[in-house]
Amino acid sequence: MVTVLENFFTEIGKYGKLLWWSVLSIRDFSTYYENTIRRMKFIGIQSLPIVLMTGAFMGMVESVQVLYSLQNRAPLYLVGSIVTESIILELGPVLTALILSGRVGASIAAELGTMRVTEQIDALEVMAFNPIAFLIVPVLIAGLVMVPVLTVFADVIGILSGWFISILTTDLSTAEFLKGAQRFFIPWDLTYGIIKSAVFGFFIAANAAYVGFFTEGGAEGVGRSTTRSVVISSVMILILDYLMAQFLLKAGW
Amino acid sequence: MIIMIQIENISKSFNNHLVLNELSLTVNQGETLVIIGKSGSGKSILLKLIIGLLRPETGNISIEGNDIVKAGFRDLQEIRRHFGFVFQASALFDSMTVAENINLMLRKRLKWPVQKISERTDECLRFVGLQGLGKKRPSELSGGMKKRVGIARAIASYPHYILFDEPTTGLDPETADNINQLVLKLKNELNVTSIVVTHDMKSAFTIADRISLLHNGKIVVNGKPADILKSEHSEIRKFIYGYSLLK
Repeated sequence: MVTVLENFFTEIGKYGKLLWWSVLSIRDFSTYYENTIRRMKFIGIQSLPIVLMTGAFMGMVESVQVLYSLQNRAPLYLVGSIVTESIILELGPVLTALILSGRVGASIAAELGTMRVTEQIDALEVMAFNPIAFLIVPVLIAGLVMVPVLTVFADVIGILSGWFISILTTDLSTAEFLKGAQRFFIPWDLTYGIIKSAVFGFFIAANAAYVGFFTEGGAEGVGRSTTRSVVISSVMILILDYLMAQFLLKAGW
Repeated sequence: MIIMIQIENISKSFNNHLVLNELSLTVNQGETLVIIGKSGSGKSILLKLIIGLLRPETGNISIEGNDIVKAGFRDLQEIRRHFGFVFQASALFDSMTVAENINLMLRKRLKWPVQKISERTDECLRFVGLQGLGKKRPSELSGGMKKRVGIARAIASYPHYILFDEPTTGLDPETADNINQLVLKLKNELNVTSIVVTHDMKSAFTIADRISLLHNGKIVVNGKPADILKSEHSEIRKFIYGYSLLK
């Protein structure tokens, strides 16, 4: 038990150190800007299809389930309220983050892990590079910036598909759906959703960077890092989701 | 003779296993020092200590008078600019082309003008006999070609020192000989100081000005190739007579 705790705190210390070095490396702009653009393309543009698909199905399922729950017991326009609020506050950020922790987190962890075990990170160091600025900072910036952008796309497509299914399968009009959507909406909801997705994005990137950068043990180690990255990120997303709902959601009122 | 690298009483252990035990060694200007030793004897660790990728638990390493053990990150970067390192498995960046691998340091760290970078890249490719292959990806190259690109990358910024980690391991005899000739060419044409870590005795006797045997964490034999051949040390004899070519 003591060893487990000791290992846990050692890892936390290493993780904190890596993040601190990344902050210190921010001034090394010329080392990381090219890679940052490459990572932003990878996390942002290349993830767009899967994120849009997730958003579309999320909106459709949400609207079908809300319609089922209401079943003539409440005004139909509430579908607009519930679909919009639940997507902006919860489903958009969380589902996007979980999908990206698999797609983006795993791939970054595997790439950095392979670079570690094939001595490419050592090669960067001996060429007088700061490997943190070259490899880690771009990933963190891209995660922090692009995950909220993708979440907004998922939110928009989710609400649109929720609207589409509602008007297609019931007598609800577009005007009524919009009335419902506006009824309980406050701008803070959107801000909260974006802050949440930025936090998720940062930690998906940081977890992948951390486990990838400190990979040990050849191909097996790379496989282990990839799995660890997805598991740690998924659990962290769920925990942070609760903490932010509990402590941040009311802050904007 | 001017001493360029001085290693004094360094010790390094992993998981409570002492790999290097108060090892001392000097490297002179312009010489090619070959360090031989069994697999797992700590040869590669010694190279990584010299370039500051690892830190020893005790002892000092000085490069032209600069202490690399106590150096901070910026000082370490400054010292490393004078080094080239050829990795055992080449360690080429697979997200870049061959040319981008070779000129990465010139572009990003030394910030040379584009024209000069392009000329130097071609020059390095010619030096290792791979002219015209700059646009290829490392994954399209054979093992021997990757090694040569690794050498081209190591020499691109005109280093004073080149460290070779097992440069001929895993190569066929002809390709291994090509690499040996490149190491000799580096010494003769560019007058660089080299440390080569290997257990390939044919390579060692081809390129070395001096050979040191690393055994049980210490340098136990040190001398010119001719003296090494005459050595009565049991480990040296095992090394040499393991190779029928040298019998």
